[in-house]
Amino acid sequence: MSERTTIDARGAFCPGPLMELIATLKLVQIGDEIEILSTDKGTAQDVPEWCAKVGHQHVETVDHGKHWSVVVRKAK
Amino acid sequence: MTKKILIVGGGLAGTIIANGLCRQMSREIRGGEISIAMIGNSETHMYQPGLLYVPFGKIREHELFRSQRKVLDRRVPYFIDPATNIDVEGKKVTTESGKVHSYDYLVIATGSRIMPQSIPGMEEGAHWFYDLDGARKMRDALDKFEGGKVVVNVNAPHKCPVAPLEITFMLYDFFSEKGILDKCEITYTYPIGRLHALEPVALWAQPEMDKFGIKYETFFNTKDVDPGGKTITSEEGVTLPYDLLVTIPPHNGAQVVIDSDLGAGGWVPTDRNKLLREGSTDVFVCGDTTNIPISKAGSTAHFEADTIIDNLTSLLTENRWARNYDGKVFCFVETGLKEGTYVWFNYTTPPNPGPPSQMIHWFKLAYNRLYWLSARGLL
Repeated sequence: MSERTTIDARGAFCPGPLMELIATLKLVQIGDEIEILSTDKGTAQDVPEWCAKVGHQHVETVDHGKHWSVVVRKAK
Repeated sequence: MTKKILIVGGGLAGTIIANGLCRQMSREIRGGEISIAMIGNSETHMYQPGLLYVPFGKIREHELFRSQRKVLDRRVPYFIDPATNIDVEGKKVTTESGKVHSYDYLVIATGSRIMPQSIPGMEEGAHWFYDLDGARKMRDALDKFEGGKVVVNVNAPHKCPVAPLEITFMLYDFFSEKGILDKCEITYTYPIGRLHALEPVALWAQPEMDKFGIKYETFFNTKDVDPGGKTITSEEGVTLPYDLLVTIPPHNGAQVVIDSDLGAGGWVPTDRNKLLREGSTDVFVCGDTTNIPISKAGSTAHFEADTIIDNLTSLLTENRWARNYDGKVFCFVETGLKEGTYVWFNYTTPPNPGPPSQMIHWFKLAYNRLYWLSARGLL
């Protein structure tokens, strides 16, 4: 059964949300989901763009006003 | 009844905490109310940031090391007997020799380690400077290097997040001083869509690289290295040829954390303000070991350690919480062999690096020695 890991990268300047996502993808199984919470508006654009490039699945992006939630499924 | 504080890990974080607690609670230690012990892996304490200078012959190896027992307050028994299991329910830590240490408060400061073996071909095909053996081999390779394609490859996660930029600019200066710069082409690769995780640092680095003719490839997450064909390929589908490959390998936390089921990859889920293990009130986590999404760096460990010292002291002597960690990080950034700058930030203040100067470079060199005062908890 697939699992979901949440990374709370709100207010994290370094290494930042995408770097945290890349690091966490190495630790989870194919099919697992990672939800990344970020106050960096660039995350909502960078993460789907990067997923498309490497072949992971962008599940959804939700704008919560003060932060974004981006969900990715490990596909390979 | 003596309250026992056990620190697992003899690196910077654990050492600052041990020494700081001794100073803050000297009366209680003398009276037998508090005891502090440390479990570590090594006779020696290494100044890890000094490894950056080894490939260029800019530091003597012996300057990197001190006896851990001499760095540590003599009131702290130090057991060189690696921890093999941490049982946070039973409040005990088992070591390689089979000894079992119980505790009232535990500090996990087991650090991080490079994992070049996790990427096919990386161990055989790449050089790195994140351990002494690797830094020595890189120094030998640089001695023999007469020019060609140099790739500086950065992988996630890694500690000391400015070191990849530092090594790149230092390589540029090194090749220049050696008189082979016109025969060298340097390409820097980075996992995300800019040259550094910190946006202001990335914005500073890009024109610097442009000025020096250093090429860069962003969104580059290493898939494999072909040591025979001398190429490195990314998950994003880019292949780069190299004559000299310098990598910042991906990192993991300590094996004991993984084996004790305390966190995937060896990173312990930790409250970002209290620095307590999630779900625990008696287990602090410090330095690289946490899963907090901030820089894995010596300064992070230092500022976290100061917070833990205050809180452990207050809890044990006044039964109250002292203060929260604000996410403070400070990093020197060597911008070549002769200049440097610095950057600091916390959870609410973004970084804003100043212009590089020779003075900051000298201060960094001075800090290479002042470090031992930090470890002793004096700075």
